[in-house]
Amino acid sequence: MKSKLYDKIATIYFYAVAVFLILFLVSLISYILYQGRTKLNIDFLTSPPKFMEAGGGIGPQLFNSLELLIITLIISVPIGLGAGIYMAEYAKPGLLTELIRLSVETLSSMPSIVVGLFGLLVFVTMTGWGYSLIAGALALTVLNLPVMTRVSEDSIRSVPNSLREASYALGSTKWQTIVKVVVPAAMPGIITGIILTAGRIFGEAAALLYTAGMSSPALNFSNLNPSSPTSPLNIFRPAETLAVYIWKVNSEGLAPDARQIADGAAAVLLLMVLIFNILARWLGSTLYKRMTGEK
Amino acid sequence: MTVDKNYERKRKLVNSFGKAIVFISALLLIIITVSLFLFVTSKGLSTFIKDGISIKEFLFSTTWNPDREVPAVGSLQFIIGSILVSAFAIMISAPLGVSSAIFMVEIEKKLGQKILQPAIEIFVGIPSVVYGWVGLTVLVPFISKHFGGLGFSLLAGILVLTIMTLPTITSVSTDAIRSLPVEIREASYALGATRWQTIRHVVIPAAKSGILTAIILGLARAFGEALAVQMVIGNRPVIPKSFLEPMSTITSIITMDMANTAMGSVWNDALWSLALLLLIISFTFIIIIKLVGRRGMYK
Repeated sequence: MKSKLYDKIATIYFYAVAVFLILFLVSLISYILYQGRTKLNIDFLTSPPKFMEAGGGIGPQLFNSLELLIITLIISVPIGLGAGIYMAEYAKPGLLTELIRLSVETLSSMPSIVVGLFGLLVFVTMTGWGYSLIAGALALTVLNLPVMTRVSEDSIRSVPNSLREASYALGSTKWQTIVKVVVPAAMPGIITGIILTAGRIFGEAAALLYTAGMSSPALNFSNLNPSSPTSPLNIFRPAETLAVYIWKVNSEGLAPDARQIADGAAAVLLLMVLIFNILARWLGSTLYKRMTGEK
Repeated sequence: MTVDKNYERKRKLVNSFGKAIVFISALLLIIITVSLFLFVTSKGLSTFIKDGISIKEFLFSTTWNPDREVPAVGSLQFIIGSILVSAFAIMISAPLGVSSAIFMVEIEKKLGQKILQPAIEIFVGIPSVVYGWVGLTVLVPFISKHFGGLGFSLLAGILVLTIMTLPTITSVSTDAIRSLPVEIREASYALGATRWQTIRHVVIPAAKSGILTAIILGLARAFGEALAVQMVIGNRPVIPKSFLEPMSTITSIITMDMANTAMGSVWNDALWSLALLLLIISFTFIIIIKLVGRRGMYK
């Protein structure tokens, strides 16, 4: 009889944990959005920040975050996909494969502040670029590559072998099979992975403090000369992102409404991450349905 | 039927070219990892080689006066700070994380997959500065009001890290528990065991190595987390004597001081040594996980 009682108690306990976690998440999200609600308007999202006075926005920071995200993805997706293809299709068991795998694991659990310092040393100081968008993008690439590699490898591995065999039977080479059959079939998983990692890149701050920098020169969107410091196309300009800005406002915020600004910025950051999450889910299942012909 | 020789040659060329490209991509991962180790190590060792500070002083002294004429860079308080804040956070998040994993796999599969799993994924996605910001604006004042002190404290750091490590532990142990064969559960039920008995005596022991991996990964995340922790712990370079006292960690001191120091100064070198220490610790965690995984494979 006793064991039945214990079983009941345990069941209640597990439900309690689950309910607690969900309630906690819901209240966390609603708190952040509620606190930032007055700032969720076009003016705050587009106007530049102000020092010493109230009413500044997050325009340049938001733009920098998006630009940094795009550049990082442009660099890290092809390399990560390539490495994933190698690991899934070509790698033979052996020392080299073990080393690649160890590198992926080591990099993916590397503290992002260490990656930031590595970026400071190599991409900021040694290259002579200084705090710059490109240095930030390269540091984020170091963070993102292992994730991208793993996502691509897993998606490619889950493609059924019958597809490969059918392609070989038609006389295709291995590379043709990979490019025309395997990678397209693995696409839903890869795209979901890219969007989820995009959310992570978007919110990263520690790796950017000492690479993309903690300042953002005013941007002039009609200036398309890539060598001009105010041009949004200049990848060698310092580019503080939204996440870095939240950290900076908290530690050295000089504006009287620093608190409201950080509240607003946190809400925007959270919203973006939620959008990335929902997008990944939706796109993943839509693509999967289309691929498998399930309407 | 004739074979277009040119086309055939081109096809073969592209085939080997493609292989070369993906191979180089994979090699790049090794190159990045090795150069990261080399650069951080060479910078981190200069405290001991160039500045003549002994490793013993660095690791076991708590005198942190890096800006004096005779700089002292004893870092024991940061190391202990990191250990305290991560270890206590894991003590709370590991039971919660494993329990929610069990809930998702053993108790409520549908509800777990539809609600708890997405919730956990959102927990992972929330940026660390947002956790830090909420910690700073909600947790710190709360602790100050109800427990006393400034609120910036070991306790605040522990609670923020608990939330941040929970999703890691949950998702990794969920995978471990889910991959167990269903037969071992059926065998247990067939012997008349209740669900709780099955969980406790069959499922958890069988998934032991996976759960351990999950906990170590959580610990690694806690150890390496910088900004969220730095925002709530008060950043005083001392070993906290109670849960309510301010403190520093390895990551927080690097974050705080890196911008204030000139490259090549003893102060700056000491920060690099701390980064090297962080690198070694994180690599050690990976090696432990490899060993655990190799030994504990469920067959």
